[in-house]
Amino acid sequence: MFDLFVLPFCIGVLALLVISVVKYWLWISKFDGRQRVVVLRNMLSWKFLPAVWEAVRESLLHWRITKHNVILGYMHRSLAFGWFLLIVVGAVQAILACPDGHPFYVAIFFNYFEPRSPKVVPFAQAPLYAALMDALLLYVLSGLFLAMFKKIWSKPLGMKKTTKHNLTDRVTKAALWSIFPLRLLAEGATSANYHNGGFLVSAVGDLFTAMGFENPVFEYQLWLFYSLALGIFFSLMPFSRYMHIFTEVFLIYFRNLGVTEGHKKTGYSMFEMSACSRCGICIDNCPINRELDISNIQGVYLLQTVRNKDLWHRAEAIANNCMVCGRCSEECPVGVDLATIRRQVRTESNRSVDNPHGYGYLAKVHPFNAIGRVAYFGGCMSRLTPGITEAMEKIFQAAGQPYWYVDKEQSICCGRPLLQQGFIRQADSLRRKNQEMFAQSGATLLVTSCPICYQSFVKEYNLNIPVMHHTEYIKSLIADGRIKVSKGAQSVTYHDPCELGRGCGIYEPPRTVLKSVATLLPIKEEAGKSLCCGFNLGNTTLGVEQQALIRNAALDNLLAPSPDVVATACPMCKKAFARADRAPVMDVAELVAKQLV
Amino acid sequence: MGAGPAGIEAAAALAASGCGVVVFEKNERPLSNITDKACLFPNFESADTVAAQLLAKLSHPNISLQCGHDVSCITSAGTDPAAGWRVDDESFDAVLLATGYTTFNAKRKEELGYGIYPGVHTSLELEQMIRNKEIRNSISNLPKRIVFLQCVGSRDEKTGNHYCSKLCCVTAVKQAIEVKKLLPSVEAYVFYMDLRMWGQHYEELYRTAQQEYGVKFVRGRISEAGGTFDGRVQIKAEDTLLGLPLRMTSDLLVLMVGMESSDGTRRLSTLCDICGDYGFAQSLDPHLRDNLTPRQGLFVAGACKRPMTLTDSVVDGRSAAFAILSAADNK
Repeated sequence: MFDLFVLPFCIGVLALLVISVVKYWLWISKFDGRQRVVVLRNMLSWKFLPAVWEAVRESLLHWRITKHNVILGYMHRSLAFGWFLLIVVGAVQAILACPDGHPFYVAIFFNYFEPRSPKVVPFAQAPLYAALMDALLLYVLSGLFLAMFKKIWSKPLGMKKTTKHNLTDRVTKAALWSIFPLRLLAEGATSANYHNGGFLVSAVGDLFTAMGFENPVFEYQLWLFYSLALGIFFSLMPFSRYMHIFTEVFLIYFRNLGVTEGHKKTGYSMFEMSACSRCGICIDNCPINRELDISNIQGVYLLQTVRNKDLWHRAEAIANNCMVCGRCSEECPVGVDLATIRRQVRTESNRSVDNPHGYGYLAKVHPFNAIGRVAYFGGCMSRLTPGITEAMEKIFQAAGQPYWYVDKEQSICCGRPLLQQGFIRQADSLRRKNQEMFAQSGATLLVTSCPICYQSFVKEYNLNIPVMHHTEYIKSLIADGRIKVSKGAQSVTYHDPCELGRGCGIYEPPRTVLKSVATLLPIKEEAGKSLCCGFNLGNTTLGVEQQALIRNAALDNLLAPSPDVVATACPMCKKAFARADRAPVMDVAELVAKQLV
Repeated sequence: MGAGPAGIEAAAALAASGCGVVVFEKNERPLSNITDKACLFPNFESADTVAAQLLAKLSHPNISLQCGHDVSCITSAGTDPAAGWRVDDESFDAVLLATGYTTFNAKRKEELGYGIYPGVHTSLELEQMIRNKEIRNSISNLPKRIVFLQCVGSRDEKTGNHYCSKLCCVTAVKQAIEVKKLLPSVEAYVFYMDLRMWGQHYEELYRTAQQEYGVKFVRGRISEAGGTFDGRVQIKAEDTLLGLPLRMTSDLLVLMVGMESSDGTRRLSTLCDICGDYGFAQSLDPHLRDNLTPRQGLFVAGACKRPMTLTDSVVDGRSAAFAILSAADNK
């Protein structure tokens, strides 16, 4: 059971195996200490199970993509799951048909060897398997047809812009796309000669016969081309975007074990980057693309340039031009931690900018005594929106809650703005000082008005007291009956700040609070899909006019139901909207302070 | 359109040449941007006197003043560009847009505490106090210190107003002197980016403010304002000449609000298709055809084009009248 034409396929599979094993081994060896500990500790735990389920759901069935667009989901599913089944059912078919064993490639070229080799014997369900294999091939071909259609017109598949691929990716895709039609033709030609195969293949065979190709002589060439297409695809796969096929499974496994990105690029980052299929779903949703038509800086291009050393100079520019609003990650089918990878690039490119004397003032900031009180941290941005801090002081007083306004006189930044720009060491020095002060203060709870600080305290700090955003805190005050509010006649729409919503998953508390003081109107794009206000600290390259365009789009969305007031829960967003002067903008705390009874 | 200095001066000049003129004014009274002032820079002439002199010009028999008339519709009278214009069902040979300016809404810069802290006022509110000769802090006492902040809503990228409003610099100097005249013991500080004393006698006024009245000028912007328990305002700023941050507590913080295109300017210039940068009306060119627009029979004058002083507006109104008459002669 051998013929020369199987060689390209076998060489391809061998190359794929060797290169993948070497690559994965190298990446795993480059995990940092923390990631290694997490893997070793959880390797044999029950966390393996959700990973298997997620791998089936995402790598084979493509649920997240289906949620984005049903047809696009079908396209990916038919290619991935269809091909997977084709391989599995083909393998079973070969095992059943060859009781004396067979070389592995026979499953792939089964229809060629079936009529020729004496070792292949007829078995009971043979016609059923032939029909099943044909049905699966048809399933894959239907996906391929959609992929080709998408190349011409992508909009019906839920994508306005698609990724611009490099040469390797395009060659590999050509090889992938030719695999299944070649298989159909090759099997059809064999069927014309030997009358084997299921409904589809024999139909193609009949067609050949009808077209006058009695005993087609090009049968062998077709099988050779099929094998060549497979060989080319497999050997290019580790160097192209199709590396995501296997890598995603590894990524899902590691992620379920609890591995996360660190400050620096590690082997785990390589898994994340290679798990990106460059589908380009991140492009359409990016506000920088939507409003400014800049479509070369999104996650897909970031990962592409970071992965390739020759493109590093572009990676820096790409990494900086992002608001880190997280809108892309919301619908990323692979769930790549794009924000952290961006930060890694920023850290790398900012390494030369270092001012060890810049934080001398930290020594002069004195600890405070807040024993038994709530520590209130307005945050730097709230200093620019005194309406919010005034409202919070009023609410604390109304609740009879003793509090200490931490940064009223002397304040230290929470460190997140520095962190977002990749200044890890500098952010650390601020964080250490703050952490030490909070620990000494004796406060029972930390309430902050700024979602940026909130995310920082929750994710970057290790505080021994609970942390609440003021929307959560106000919600608890109302629920406990510590403050009483009346429902006003105003109608409001609520803007989800990126840092609070997508950043920390706080969607419900501000809405609950708003419903108790005003009429909350629904808007088109909210919660996880909310639009960035444009003035996020994450971006330092956009000009004010460009930021204003992004803000105006968010405002259009918020003002569509004609609310009396636009409500938000972030001083940054409030300032952004207030500058536009298109409608009154109020923080949730201000609305509550106004409705206190 | 608009019975401000430019509109009135143009109407008077046209009426004197024998044209029939209708002046549409949105407000109940003309010259609302003059009559709210106390004295005018640089010679401290009473604003009421100047307003009265301007108003007197409207009494010409050829002029009909329609106050309280907010124009809603301006269209060409026909397809022929020479056919004239229709304004709310009346026909005219020419239309002059002189819809003027409004001041920047200081609430858009929340960090300065306007509308939040009772000690923070706009320059217009201080002008009212000066007019009433009654300057009080938030608890109705005589203030000991007043801080002026320049460029609120002008030369400010963040609010989107990149342009200079041109007359706030000298206004702050004028107001500081007036405050010192009323309350000689008050300390007055002016925080500025640059002081642009471009007009005749402005530089002298600036020198007088320092030498005779002891007004202190600090180069630097105020980054934030906060309240104190006794109703005063605490400001944080940087003295950029000394390179030092500073904090100061003041009874009053006066925000020198810049000029923006008025609602009427935005609406009518958009309606006539001549809306330019920042919502100001756009003339054909700023040098030789500054009163003309791309549309025949449509003219512009005054602060609806860009920030202008009273003097500039009056001159521009007169020049617009001349442009209208020349256009009529050519026709």
